Amino acid sequence: MLTLAEVERHAQVAIVAVDGERGFRRRLLELGLCPGTQVAITNIAPLGDPLEIEVRGGRLSIRKDEAAQIRVRR
Amino acid sequence: MTTVALLGNPNTGKTSVWNRLTGGSAKVGNYPGVTVERRVGALRKRPDIDVVDVPGAYSLVARSADEQIALDVALGLDGEPAPAVVVVCVDATQLVRSLYLLLQLQELGARCVVALTMTDEAGPAAPNATELAHVLGCAVVPVVGRTGAGVDALATAIITAVDAGAPAAPVVRWQPSPALAAQIATVRAALPASWPQTDALAVWALQCVGDDELIRVPAAVRAAVAAAAPTAALDDEVIAARYRWLDEQVAGLAKAKVDRRRTARVDRVLLHRGLGLVIFGAVMFVLFMSLFAWSEPAIAAVETAFGWVGDGARAVLPDGVIEDFVVDGVIGGVGSVVVFLPQILLLFFFLGLLEDFGYLARVAYLMDRIMRTMKLSGRAFVPMLSGFACAVPAVMATRTMERQRDRILTMLVIPLMTCSARLPVYTLVIAALFPSHTVGGLSTKSLLMVGMYGFSLVTSLAAAWVLARVVKPLRAKRLPFVIELPPYRAPRMRDVVRMMGTKTWAFLREAGTVILACTIALWALLYFPRELPAGSPDYQAQIAAAPSPEAKAELEHARDGALLENSYGARLGHAIEPAIEPLGFDWKIGVGIIGAFAAREVFVSTLGVIHGVGDDEGSLRKHLASERKADGTPRYTPLVGLSLMVFFALACQCMSTLAVIKRETGGYRWPAFVFGYMTVLAWVSSFLVFQIGSLLGY
Repeated sequence: MLTLAEVERHAQVAIVAVDGERGFRRRLLELGLCPGTQVAITNIAPLGDPLEIEVRGGRLSIRKDEAAQIRVRR
Repeated sequence: MTTVALLGNPNTGKTSVWNRLTGGSAKVGNYPGVTVERRVGALRKRPDIDVVDVPGAYSLVARSADEQIALDVALGLDGEPAPAVVVVCVDATQLVRSLYLLLQLQELGARCVVALTMTDEAGPAAPNATELAHVLGCAVVPVVGRTGAGVDALATAIITAVDAGAPAAPVVRWQPSPALAAQIATVRAALPASWPQTDALAVWALQCVGDDELIRVPAAVRAAVAAAAPTAALDDEVIAARYRWLDEQVAGLAKAKVDRRRTARVDRVLLHRGLGLVIFGAVMFVLFMSLFAWSEPAIAAVETAFGWVGDGARAVLPDGVIEDFVVDGVIGGVGSVVVFLPQILLLFFFLGLLEDFGYLARVAYLMDRIMRTMKLSGRAFVPMLSGFACAVPAVMATRTMERQRDRILTMLVIPLMTCSARLPVYTLVIAALFPSHTVGGLSTKSLLMVGMYGFSLVTSLAAAWVLARVVKPLRAKRLPFVIELPPYRAPRMRDVVRMMGTKTWAFLREAGTVILACTIALWALLYFPRELPAGSPDYQAQIAAAPSPEAKAELEHARDGALLENSYGARLGHAIEPAIEPLGFDWKIGVGIIGAFAAREVFVSTLGVIHGVGDDEGSLRKHLASERKADGTPRYTPLVGLSLMVFFALACQCMSTLAVIKRETGGYRWPAFVFGYMTVLAWVSSFLVFQIGSLLGY
């Protein structure tokens, strides 16, 4: 299964599900990362982590291991 | 008094709107039960209406007491009256996400007015306010915080809504599944009578109660939630239903895509692998140097000014206890508070600028990789860096972190950073006790100084790593570290200056009073009983008969030393001598350590007085180097110096730091912990240095 952490830069993918502990995933869902939402990695921080993602027209910074909890499809 | 609450996501220009609505004069306090600033100001157009500036939040759902504030304020659950109207700042460039909060509020039955911000930035992407108002069923007023356009109309809309006074009915835009409806019914039946009886509040409890740190949640509600056994599927259902409605009804109102090209261009430079890090280094260098070095003239000016005031008072007052109390206790004490203001003002000036511009979020983004190895987030970088100048403003800067746990962990390690007040101590010890050698063209003395910086960096990082694992309230919950990278925006100077004023005032009122009281207490400790020990020579007569000014000064220094030696503080220094002897310290160093509590650099002057050489550092250096024990060996060896520097590096020898930690954490628990763990760490480390060094024959 593909996760957001494995997607190359600038590829548009759709969120399938957010895994992880309840409080963790609730926060991501409430920021608009719910299933069906289009998301793309727009940048990677100079030190390799975190990632900058574009979702719903806004930019968020998210750590790689967190992105690995977000299942996506092309 | 009628209140109006101002809510909104972070980065929506909420503070600008609040400043415009109220004129910016705030009553600042804390929310009950937490240490989050509560700012209230009267609505300019109607001074009988108070506007509460609620901290930015993406959602009402909360896990911690800090996050709970938004809900408590919106519904009046914290004992304050419920606001008549909730004003929601909605970012026109982030329409769907910022309206998520509005939906939650409307479901709970709050009467809402929307302040549509950033319309200038959104340009053609901004929705039509009339259409949006129609869809949302509440007033929508476009405002531009930067220019103040639309603020009058917003105030009018607020007043209209307040005066209308009709109770708002909950508006729920989605249907719960049968399973969820049953859970809602269970919890709703358990809601206390003082809470609004709404389905939405039951949903809130079902989402938040469980693995939480919320306050004021009745046991009956906890029991009902446990009985309803909510799962992750419940979150999926509720959150997706709200976003579905927003996507269907609201997303289409944005007629164009938001133009982020300008921000993207700036980011290509500022977040660039090479250039971005260079610019980051330069920005941090400027920030650090302004605190560390460029604030020096202002600090010197404060000290000079208080010196003049003290001299003036001495000229007016009759000699004696009252004069010494007023000059050294009160005027000196106020001076020791005011001396922090240059650094506080400068740091918050930079923080305000960088935050408004959007760079502070990028600093967190750039540094997160490094900071997370210590179980901290990138947000901790600027406060920790500031700690190398002074812990007091650095601790205050932890407010830029949203999580209480991160704030506290950062505050616990900031006092380990080599602050500028330690430098005079290191300088004295290195100059007086260490021989000059050169190793590979570098002098050992400067290598020692660099070594002390490295030592403090390593210990603070190690301390964060250990504390995050050992201290229970600091163990990290696995929550996502998601930060928004907002578009770059020109900072609004008026908001920055207001914030500097608010912070400074809060420091003076809440920490300054404690610092002043402690300074006076320390002064008294080292002043009284103001009697020469029995058998002392008649200094007064000798001074009067002194043949030369030099001889007179020498006698005065001897007298001051004798007076200090007989003070309660020096007796305390004697009393603790057995405890510090294994570190290589004598009671005179003990007195210096007690005096250093007022501020570390005071160690130097206290040591000068107790050694009877006055406050001339040159003579103190010579004196320390030549002091001999009974057996003729030097009393202060390089090993003693090293042990002393290690002690100063690690001990929390600074009541101002403790006072400001007390203010920021809202109690004595954390400052007591900081003092305790650092003192133990310092003692054990100095013990090891001295004992091992002695065994090795140094």
